[in-house]
Amino acid sequence: MSDTNNEARQSSMEVFFNGLVKENPTFVLALGMCPTLAVTTSAINGLGMGLTTTAVLVLSNVIISLLRHIIPNRVRIPAFIVIVASFVTMVELLLEGFIPSLYSALGIYIPLIVVNCIILGRAESFASKNPVIPSFFDGLGMGLGFTVALTAIGAVRELIGAGELFGAPVINNILAAISSIIGRSEPIEYVPVSIFVLAPGAFFVLAALTALQNRVKRKMQEKGKNVDKIQSGCSSDCTSCSDSGCAHRFVDVNGAPGSVSLAKNAADKSNGKKEE
Amino acid sequence: MESMLKVSSNPHVRSKATTARIMQCVAIALLPATIFGVINFGLHALFLVLITVATTVTTEYIYEKLMKKKITISDFSAVVTGLLLALNLPPRAPWWIGVIGGVFAILVVKMLFGGLGQNFMNPALGARCFLLISFTSIMTNFDCDAYTGATPLAAIKAGESAPQLIDMIVGRTSGTIGETSMIALLLGAAFLLVIGVIDLRVPGSYILSFVVFVILFSGHGLDVNYILSQLAGGGLMLGAFFMATDYVTRPITKNGQYLFGIFLGIMTGIFRIFGPSAEGVSYAIILGNLLVPLIEKVTKPTAFGKQKTKKEAA
Repeated sequence: MSDTNNEARQSSMEVFFNGLVKENPTFVLALGMCPTLAVTTSAINGLGMGLTTTAVLVLSNVIISLLRHIIPNRVRIPAFIVIVASFVTMVELLLEGFIPSLYSALGIYIPLIVVNCIILGRAESFASKNPVIPSFFDGLGMGLGFTVALTAIGAVRELIGAGELFGAPVINNILAAISSIIGRSEPIEYVPVSIFVLAPGAFFVLAALTALQNRVKRKMQEKGKNVDKIQSGCSSDCTSCSDSGCAHRFVDVNGAPGSVSLAKNAADKSNGKKEE
Repeated sequence: MESMLKVSSNPHVRSKATTARIMQCVAIALLPATIFGVINFGLHALFLVLITVATTVTTEYIYEKLMKKKITISDFSAVVTGLLLALNLPPRAPWWIGVIGGVFAILVVKMLFGGLGQNFMNPALGARCFLLISFTSIMTNFDCDAYTGATPLAAIKAGESAPQLIDMIVGRTSGTIGETSMIALLLGAAFLLVIGVIDLRVPGSYILSFVVFVILFSGHGLDVNYILSQLAGGGLMLGAFFMATDYVTRPITKNGQYLFGIFLGIMTGIFRIFGPSAEGVSYAIILGNLLVPLIEKVTKPTAFGKQKTKKEAA
């Protein structure tokens, strides 16, 4: 346990890439599914939603990290919600004022950022127990990971479901170019598979992209890179951790050796005490 | 020889009913409807059928090759899926509709859930609904050389004059490639019933409950002409005998099969009479497929020799 402190001070870049790749909130943690499935009908919507969430996440992580010694443990969740909700209100008003088109496209999902579990999850598992700088990078990494995921899902759905990318009719342009090369007088028209911009398409694309990133990770792992270590801003083993709500409690197979058996021992001990 | 020496636990059922044989029988039973569809709608229908079947078989082969699994295309299940899907397409659909539908049916609905026996939904119907939602205008355009205008059910729904009943029963109406001819479908179904591949539990309770529902709620009462045109005019025969009876996606228990059929009949009635569109067989069967695990749970039979406890009996 002597190197716990060293491990705890992960470099900022490590924390940043942890959110972006290793613990991508959408593809790995599967958090925040409601906006992921609902607003990604186009790449621009996904990007807008992702960046809005990132802004809120970074700001709330920083403030919560600053207040982490002041907020009493018992009322931490209401306190986090108040902080997050304040930032969401600010972002909402800013969007309404400056980017009204995005505001109307995202609709109800902007106020719903308050209850986005990525934000509360990072506040609870990272920002409330880490200094400001790592918390900032954690928020940025998680937010950008969310943004990348949403934009990717939105882009695929828009491309297949409407034949466009960021509003430009890409597929028809390519088809027109091909037709002119072959010498067809009438360009081939792309028929959009409109189920992809409807609700079922969101599930298809999310599943396909998650499978894809799992495959890429497995390939990278075969090459010897450490990619799947669940860090969650936590470096101690689960038995000595006070965070009982941690999603990765005792599931970190690559974590401290014997963490599961240690946990069992600890549980047995506490049971024994109660019986006494 | 080696396979005959396998020792397994009882019951030791010996039967020649292999998957391949059953699927071949289903394919043969679908031939009258297919041939009638080709005669009725022209050579493009034959082209669509061939390309859809070719796509489903090729997709299964490529997927199993890539995933290094046992190649199962010789069990004919992909052929049956392709054939059923093609019979559910409008006769003038472009070729790529068959290709996209075939790939979706095999890859997404069947293979990704573990292949034959694991799919929770009839692949052909899943693909048809996928196509229907994606390409609504193509999938509901039944115009072709021989017929123009609405399908019989759509005409009835709109209150227009429906085609002659005899035309509907023979199949000389517009519709998808395989659904129009009640006679050809019943011929195939009779073949399957006689050789015992399917039984009447699901189709019988399906059609019966649908008829009862129509009598009760359509507002036409016991109008025989109306009831018969509801039976013959849409995809009910194709769905009831060839898709609802799919071994994988129907309940295993006997009582469950009756329940399943009754549910399908009621849902089809609701979709056709109260819904916005004239047809509802595919959505009814898909919905029924999703409920199969629940149906099996509530209709689990008591084991032989097990007695009810007093509490349960009381």
